[in-house]
Amino acid sequence: MTSLQKTLEIRSSPHIGSGNSVDTIMFHVVLALVPVSAYSIYAFGLTSLLTLLTAIAACVVTEHLLCRLNGRATTVGDWSVVITGLLLGLTLPPGIPLWMVAVGGVIAVGLGKFLFGGLGYNPFNPALVGRAVLQATFPVALTSWPVMPADRFSSLPTSTLAWPFVEPTYDAISGATPLAAWKFEQQTTATADLLFGSTTGSTGETCAILILLGGVYLASRRMMSWHIPVAILLTVAMFSGILNLADPTTYASPLFMLLSGGLMLGAVFMASDMVGSPMTRKGCVIYGVMIGVLVVLIRVWGGMPEGVMYAILLGNAAAPHIDNLVQPRVYGSAKTQEGGT
Amino acid sequence: MMFFGRKTTFAHGIHPPESKDDTSGERIRQFEFAPVLVVPLSQHIGKPALAIVREDQEVLRGQCIAEADGFISVSMHAPVSGTVRRLGLTPSITGRMTQGIFIEPFPGSTQEIMGGTPIDSASASPDEIIRAIQAAGIVGLGGAGFPTHAKLRIPDDKSVDTLVINGAECEPYLTADHRVMVEHAADVMAGIPYLMRATGAPRAIVAVEANKPDAADALREAIPDGAAITVEVLPVKYPQGAEKMLITALLGREIPSGGLPLDVHALCVNVATTAEIGRLLPQGAGIQERVITVGGPAVKRKGNYRIQIGTPIRFVLETVGVEDDITRVFLGGPMMGQAVSSLDIPVTKGTTGIIAFTERETGHVGNTTVYPCIRCGHCVEACPIFLNPSTLGLLAINDQHQQMADEFHLMDCFECGCCTFVCPSHIPLVQHFRVAKRAVRKAQAEARASEVKA
Ligand code: SF4
Ligand code: SF4
Repeated sequence: MTSLQKTLEIRSSPHIGSGNSVDTIMFHVVLALVPVSAYSIYAFGLTSLLTLLTAIAACVVTEHLLCRLNGRATTVGDWSVVITGLLLGLTLPPGIPLWMVAVGGVIAVGLGKFLFGGLGYNPFNPALVGRAVLQATFPVALTSWPVMPADRFSSLPTSTLAWPFVEPTYDAISGATPLAAWKFEQQTTATADLLFGSTTGSTGETCAILILLGGVYLASRRMMSWHIPVAILLTVAMFSGILNLADPTTYASPLFMLLSGGLMLGAVFMASDMVGSPMTRKGCVIYGVMIGVLVVLIRVWGGMPEGVMYAILLGNAAAPHIDNLVQPRVYGSAKTQEGGT
Repeated sequence: MMFFGRKTTFAHGIHPPESKDDTSGERIRQFEFAPVLVVPLSQHIGKPALAIVREDQEVLRGQCIAEADGFISVSMHAPVSGTVRRLGLTPSITGRMTQGIFIEPFPGSTQEIMGGTPIDSASASPDEIIRAIQAAGIVGLGGAGFPTHAKLRIPDDKSVDTLVINGAECEPYLTADHRVMVEHAADVMAGIPYLMRATGAPRAIVAVEANKPDAADALREAIPDGAAITVEVLPVKYPQGAEKMLITALLGREIPSGGLPLDVHALCVNVATTAEIGRLLPQGAGIQERVITVGGPAVKRKGNYRIQIGTPIRFVLETVGVEDDITRVFLGGPMMGQAVSSLDIPVTKGTTGIIAFTERETGHVGNTTVYPCIRCGHCVEACPIFLNPSTLGLLAINDQHQQMADEFHLMDCFECGCCTFVCPSHIPLVQHFRVAKRAVRKAQAEARASEVKA
């Protein structure tokens, strides 16, 4: 019986695993983002494609180089940095100068992720850190929405290829985003346009249906806590619904609030990022409600038309504290209760 | 389940693949006698038994060959009729060598079991029953190995209102208890009255998971008329077979940290242990064999076998045949079972299963890279004790053992392995916790020792 002569492994239990793995989860998030990205390329053309590619490349290269410089094995294989790149690209306006995109990518990974110790240690969503720094540094470029050239698949808005540190020139600036239009000009946009993405906006923020589809895909594979997006969206709907009922002329309808701006993308793909969100289910719900409330507050009373980015960053900051608050009582540690707890 | 006004299971836990189909439908088969059997004197928690046989002495199957040394100890019985070859060291699952009695069976013996004074469950006093259970060498056959009689002596300030017979068998691959319930339901029902009488419990519940409907049916049919015994079917979930989880699932009571089921008026006994009591006490005999699942993808003739205590694992595997790509053998189920360091370890009373894996099952399929904790919370949602394995894991990497115990309830972890099972970062959480618990216990012992000196 030769097979019993060989040395057997001695490992401690458990001897089986769920087969779940960080890289598989991250890869599926990338997959879930593919339809959204494809649509943004379809809607905005070549400039969008270049923006996404630049963002991904900048993030991947930054992570790879930083790992190498620190003498660690490269971590780009876990796919998380690709998500960061994609999400960053998707939050930027089409036609943004590519060099700014690259700067955003370097900041997202360098400052938002690596500085804290890499995957798992970053308190904030790296893509949003990159985006926030860009917004603070280049406020004009981040809020300019150029009109797409008619031949959007073969030509680029001139701003895309602007030289670094040169004020980009825009061929034509299109109308405001639906949110800005509502906030500053009291105009609302048709719901159907919002749902199917035929509006102005950041590259990936426009087609709500594809974003939701991606979210449903991830939730069905249990690779995302659905509690977070659902809590955020329900909170936004209810809060803005109450406001709208009180005064429909000042406050936009809940449907408009849900479908406009970066809320869908933020709720489904950024707030739900495991690293920055609470670990307990209860914590996730509180976190989602908090982000939802903040989104409406900032949109309605803040100085800016859009508040998703800041709401999520604040949520990230609060996540560990929320976890501490809702830490469940350890089994058997308090007074025993008869008849269940 | 809240809709029905009462929980029928515990919170959290996991659903690993059950992998029970290969063996759950097969009848229990009697296993052959090994050329030499080794009965370790320590197969239980507590003091090792004292050998009462000499080298070259002839013993009969079922004869007592070692006596209990104190109350937390049990007797050992000869698993075969044969000759004692020597008393000496044998490897054990703990990794340490322990004393054992080496017996060579008589060739061609009929191997009839020697009985003793029968004990009647209706007329014997609780004390007589407790002594008889100790003399029969009975320990928790679910794997824990705690002497059963020691659990049955209820202190004066405690009482038992429910006796829980644990037939959950929530570990994947294991079907030994399942087969015992199906084929020996009458033994289970014969054993329960001894336990009820010894503890004064007015009722007993046999808990079975829903994946064993045939066991539940067999048990229900075997309930004697008028007996205060019920069979409860629980939803399938790991680790339902853990005492704490089972009592919470059945009775909705939470056992206090560091406490025992007795603290909530319950007592939990494994179903195979109960069947053994019901089989042995009426004939006054002792344990010489037990039902063991021999399975896993690397085993050729998988099944449940009645195997003599003291049979070397190597003999078992040689007899059933193994695949060439065998990589790992462990005793018990894959969630909590211990990998064997040597195939010369003998089967003991606590061996529930002998499971062999090939390369395909060992490790998480393909990827075993350990990533940093991504705070996904899967472990938090899995831990049945409501610990935070993620935080504990981070502390463990920095050897903050004392803080783990003081602030994060490390010592409440009962090493079920749910956290490691679900972790997508493949962090060996429970493995860290075992090390940490050992370190904390050692520090406590040292602190006590220095106090004594001072
Ligand atoms: S091994 Fe310990 S920490 Fe992990 S799930 Fe089980 S009880 Fe919780
Ligand atoms: S399951 Fe693993 S990765 Fe997820 S929170 Fe727990 S320790 Fe971290």
